[in-house]
Amino acid sequence: MTPPDDRSGGYRDSALRPYVLTKGRARPSRNTISVDTLLIATDPPPPLPVSAGRQERALLAMCRGLLSLVEVAARLELPVSVVRVLASDLVDSGHLTARAGSPRSAQLPRDLLQEVLNGLRAL
Amino acid sequence: MASVPSDGSAGYLPETVTRSVKILVVGSFGVGKTTLIGSVSEIAPLRTEETVTQVSEGVDDLTGVDDKRTTTVAMDFGRITLNGSVALYLFGAPGQRRFWDLWEGLAEGAAGVLVLVDTRPGRLEASFEVFDQLELGIRLPFVVAVNHFPDTVPHGADELRTALDLLPETPILDCDARDRASALNALTALVQHALDVSADRPADVPQDIPVA
Repeated sequence: MTPPDDRSGGYRDSALRPYVLTKGRARPSRNTISVDTLLIATDPPPPLPVSAGRQERALLAMCRGLLSLVEVAARLELPVSVVRVLASDLVDSGHLTARAGSPRSAQLPRDLLQEVLNGLRAL
Repeated sequence: MASVPSDGSAGYLPETVTRSVKILVVGSFGVGKTTLIGSVSEIAPLRTEETVTQVSEGVDDLTGVDDKRTTTVAMDFGRITLNGSVALYLFGAPGQRRFWDLWEGLAEGAAGVLVLVDTRPGRLEASFEVFDQLELGIRLPFVVAVNHFPDTVPHGADELRTALDLLPETPILDCDARDRASALNALTALVQHALDVSADRPADVPQDIPVA
């Protein structure tokens, strides 16, 4: 017998709103982290506070190797905006190291463009 | 085929990589953005989604506080490691305005934009919104690549330039998004154009350097 009308239909306890994961913040603690900022866990990693959530732990585990922020977000199936806030905190607390992504300036330095061009031609 | 890490590193970048560069692959729905990214990416293209709850934007609309709707916008992307030191990220972006509003900062610091167009009858119009967005919102160097579908009828570059109202210096080239060499050729043309454009900007020209 299947209940004709499941009153819990549509309810999923994993459907946490993004602002819950980020403890109510929409903006990261630092604005230097962009989609292509490269992240890697600090080695050896300082112990995480007991208050660290599942997402923070998953993020750190994912960053045992070098990945960009957007790759981490896609692999964890979390919005980039959420991972940006979480990663920012973990950089602040010394658990993650960030390597510069694209510069915030409007134009890339010519030497970097030239390096990309050479790299593409060498493929 | 794209090179795949063979050291069991599960798709991680080599730790020799210190910098990353973005290229945006922009075009209307179904034009071949993800296909092109997949042709050159060393990782299987990944998808990331962003969800926003948009509040009604009406000014003085006090009754509108309950007027919220949720928008989900997806973005596919891929990656190429260059010379072991630079990670090049390719982001596939649709033309719609709402995408650029949501992915604020995506275009910032990008090397340039590869605009993919489909010139088959009735398809070119879908690209107009893309070009509007490029001119109004993001000012980056761009080249136009015509993705050749089996039934694409070749057009002259001049004809296309007129139809899309492009400047004479904007490069137009043909490509087959499914073909790695062809897709790489389009990316190379874009980066070359970005270099050419940056050389033209007076601010970047060193002053009082004697000609050797």
